This record gives sequence, structure tokens and C-alpha cells, in this order.
Amino acid sequence: MTQPGTEAQPLRVAIVGAGPAGYYAADHLLRQDSVVVEVDMIDRLPTPYGLVRAGVAPDHQKIKSVTAAFDKVAAHPRFRFYGGVDFGKDITVADLRRHYHQILYSTGAQTDRRMGIPGEDLKGSHPATEFVAWYNGHPDYRDCRFDLSQERAAVVGVGNVAIDVARILCRSPQELATTDIADHALEALRNSRIKEVYLLGRRGPAQAAFTNPEVKELGELADADVTARPEEVELDELSRAAVERSQDRAAVKKVEILREYAARKAGGKSKKLIIRFLVSPVELCGNEAGEVVALRLVRNRLEATAAGTLQAKPTDQLETLPVGLVFRSVGYRGVPLPGVPFHESWGVILNEHGRVLDPDTKQPVVGEYAAGWIKRGPTGVIGTNKPDAAQTVACMMEDLAAGRILKPEEPDAAAAGLLIRERQPRCVSYEDWLKLNELELARGRAAGRPRVKFTRVEDMLAALGR
Amino acid sequence: MNVASLLASKGSKVITIQPQQTVRQAVGLLAEHNIGALVVVDRSSSPVGIVSERDIVRSAARNERVFSEPVASLMTKDVVIGLPHDDLASVGHTMTERHIRHLPVMEAGKLVGIVSIGDVVKAQRDQYQGEVETLQTQILGDRP
Repeated sequence: MTQPGTEAQPLRVAIVGAGPAGYYAADHLLRQDSVVVEVDMIDRLPTPYGLVRAGVAPDHQKIKSVTAAFDKVAAHPRFRFYGGVDFGKDITVADLRRHYHQILYSTGAQTDRRMGIPGEDLKGSHPATEFVAWYNGHPDYRDCRFDLSQERAAVVGVGNVAIDVARILCRSPQELATTDIADHALEALRNSRIKEVYLLGRRGPAQAAFTNPEVKELGELADADVTARPEEVELDELSRAAVERSQDRAAVKKVEILREYAARKAGGKSKKLIIRFLVSPVELCGNEAGEVVALRLVRNRLEATAAGTLQAKPTDQLETLPVGLVFRSVGYRGVPLPGVPFHESWGVILNEHGRVLDPDTKQPVVGEYAAGWIKRGPTGVIGTNKPDAAQTVACMMEDLAAGRILKPEEPDAAAAGLLIRERQPRCVSYEDWLKLNELELARGRAAGRPRVKFTRVEDMLAALGR
Repeated sequence: MNVASLLASKGSKVITIQPQQTVRQAVGLLAEHNIGALVVVDRSSSPVGIVSERDIVRSAARNERVFSEPVASLMTKDVVIGLPHDDLASVGHTMTERHIRHLPVMEAGKLVGIVSIGDVVKAQRDQYQGEVETLQTQILGDRP
């Protein structure tokens, strides 16, 4: 058998997961000069784009414009999309090995880290990701319920996801109505009685993971006054030294913005967003009905590690913060895929530069690769997945040149398509998605919104006449 | 971004040597694995030092018989150890300021990886490249 990668015998690649990493990998693969590649992308959902659709906040439409670049990739004649196909259930690794020379996993970080404290599972305590998926219309979270009759909510964490959640809770119905937030969430948030939202950071303002544009946006909300405690936004000695040493202008600016918030006079807006630092929840307190009524917080101080990172160390000072709703946003991790080696403590597929490794021999598993958050963990912005995917694709091309690829029995696009459709008759193509997209946009135009999403798989299929 | 996310796709492999092994053996391992430093561990696999190509070159310049001496004679004993949750930015500063080129990483008393200054620079470059990519897409609506 000759080496695949020619017009007559293209290199067949399956990509599992239609998020940014999957698209960037497909783009790199399809742009190879000397190798002809065919890409089949499968996703659990009928809709593509991963977290660009289900994660990026509805009031950040501009960030979603990256989908135009993804659609260009998808328009390539050697690209196919199979939406609504669940890897591990509808299609297994063994199936893919029969039809593809290489398999790439780009399934992201689908679950959240737990805080590991008592009371975490009380009613009213949720992972932030659930709330995000719900307001973004992810079909799996369509029927989640959040008790928005509460007046006080806390978001644990100060990353950009935590900020998104706090901001959406603080937005006025008028502001939300101009976004593509899911209809059910818009309706629920219209009736929200939330008055106070706390953002809780375990370290200080200089160490907060949120970026400056996001924190600045909090100061410009129509219906909510943002505030912080002056003593918590003042830098301690260690942080001051670290910021000076690093000459990190973004950190200096971040602290300036937060100081300005702390200095603001109490405004007259109907909601209040309070950013707290140097506190960690140690317990969620519940009532007899098993509902969360308060958070026990411990105050932290900062201490340098040997390598110079300032980490939070608890003091003996405790306080109680009465809240009826808690969202944890303290980190994300990947979910193991059936039949694919996983690194438990880092929550990623066991890999080296994107090559999946055998857990016993620590040698590459022939033909299997990872890209994006399932490869490196949940860090970076959407574009970070481009160099990340490039690294994986470089390994794939190197392995192809060395003949280290799978030897599929049927490396044929039609045969693969037949098998996928047989296993999952409800699967949708990219043409189907583009139709759904047009329908969503049309529904949006009629409502004066950027888009009105379909939030149930049944509705999507019905709209396609299936 | 922290050390764990760098190690996630770099792997946990750390090439080690014991203090009583010779410098010649160390040179062999450095060449075989195409790396710049070895973590020196005792019998219970706890790090007791680090030996770098720089340490060896410096010793060899003074003493041509260095190759038959034990690694313990020239290793750096004062090893800075990193943690998986160390911020990459602060690790980068510490390494630059203290002229450390390799940082062994430990978790719960076990070596879980090693980070070189090259790894840190590459991770930061990828991070900036990603931010530029994202901004370009947003501003231009597509790639130029």
C-alpha cells in the first residue's frame, strides 16, 4: 500500500469535537501543501462551534464573529460534519480505526472542578458552567432550574467565566433582550429578584485571572453599581513587589480599575455587584429544606511559593455571607473519553505535544492525537487553540511521513458516512447546520435580536423537516 | 496559565540520576535524551540536586578528570522546586532572575515533571500569539 495523502488516496482524519481547537486543527490539516487530507468532524450536538456557541457570553457577540472563519474551513470540499453523533456511544474508537488513518480529539474541558467543601451539593449551589450552558441554550441544560427568586448570589472565582455569570445576573432585561441569550433564560432572568451579586477571589486583585476589558465592563452596567472593599484592593507587600518586578502593565491597570471601583460612591442602581478578594469559602450552610442560605468564608493572606507564585493561605478569621444562590467557577477539567488514555490529576488526555500516550509504556498510541483544552487544560483565549492545534498537526504530519499511521480497512469517505448515518440516523450535515443558522438568524431579525437559538434537539430536527 | 497546563501536553517524564553515578554517565544521559539537565535523586526518588550541562562544562574546564567523579561532586544542591499550580509568569521571572534554566516540579512529594526556561518562553509566545489571533479575528472579521 502506498502512503496516503494523495488525490487518489487522501489521508483520512476524524476530528472528535467541533469547537475552536477542532476547527483550527482542520484548517491546518486542509492547508497542507504536499498532503491531501480529508477531514470528517463529529460532534455530540447538531450545532458546531463548541464553547463559541455554548460558552461565550451572549452579550459578547463580537467574540462570536470567529465562527465566520470556522465556516470558511467547513466550506472546504474535503471537509464533512456529522452533528449529533456521540463519540463512545454512537461511534467508538474501534469504528474510527476502521475508517481513518488518524483520529484527533478536541472535546474540551466539559466539567468543572469542585470546591471540595461541606454543603457543596445543597439546593441552590451550582457549577457556573451549568448556568452558562443554560443561558446559552445548550440542549443538555435546557431544563436546568436556578432559583432566581433569591436576592443574594455569590460566584466563587474571579476568572472570566465567573465574571460572565456575575454580569449576566446583573444585566437588565432590556440589555439581555438585545443579545442571543436563550429565550428560556431571558424569561427567567426577566423575573429575577437578584439584588446583590458577590464575586469571590481567593487571592488578591493582582492575581485575579479576569482580564481588564472584562473587569472594566462591570463598571458600565446599566442596572448595577460595582463596588469593592478599599482594604481588599490595596496590594500587600508581596504583590506590590511582584507587580513592580514583572513590570506587568496589565496587572497595574487591573488594580487601578479595582481601586476606582472601591472609591466609587454608592450609586442608585437597582443591583449591586461586590468584588471581594482574599476570601475562600470553607462551607455552604443550609436550612432544614436543604437549601443554601449562607457561605462561610475564611480570610486569606498571600505567601510566596519557592518558585515565586503568591498563593492564598487561610487565616483564622471567618465571616458569614448570607446568600441563597452559589455558582462555583474554580476551574474546569476534561472528561475521559471511552477507550482513550486520560491523565486524572490534570484532567486531560494523556499526551505529549498532542500525541496520545499509552499509560503503561508512555509511548505514543499510533494514530491518536489531542488538541485544545482536552490536551493542555482550560487555559488561554479562543485563538490560543490555533498554535496549539498547529503543534498537534505538525506531529501528525511527522508521523505520516514516518509511516506511523493507522491501517484502516475502509479508508473511504462514503463508507464512513454510511456507518455514521446507520448508527445515528438523526445526524446532521454542515448544510443542515447552515439552514438552522439561517432560521435562527431570521427568528432573531423578527425579534430585533442577533439570533434566537433552538434549544432542543427535537426542535432543530423538526425545523429541518426531520 | 500555570505549570500544570504546561506539563499537561509536555509529559511528566523526568530523566534522573543518582548522586554516586559518574559525570560520564550524566553526559551520556544528557546526550541520549537531548536535554540540558538531570534531576539528581536519592534512593527514595527524592530530589537532592540538579546537574546541568553548564555545571559539567564549568567543572571540565577546571578539571579534566571530572568525568570519572560522582555527580554529587558538582551538582547544584540548592534546587528550586515548582508546584503544579505555580503561575507560569512568576515561574518565568524567578527562573530569569535567579538564572535557573530547569525547574523540577513536585506534587505530594513526587516528581511530576520538569520545566525548562525554553518551555516557559514557548508557552508565553503561544499565549501572546493566541491573543493576537483572537484580536485579529475580531477586528478584521477574518484572517488577513
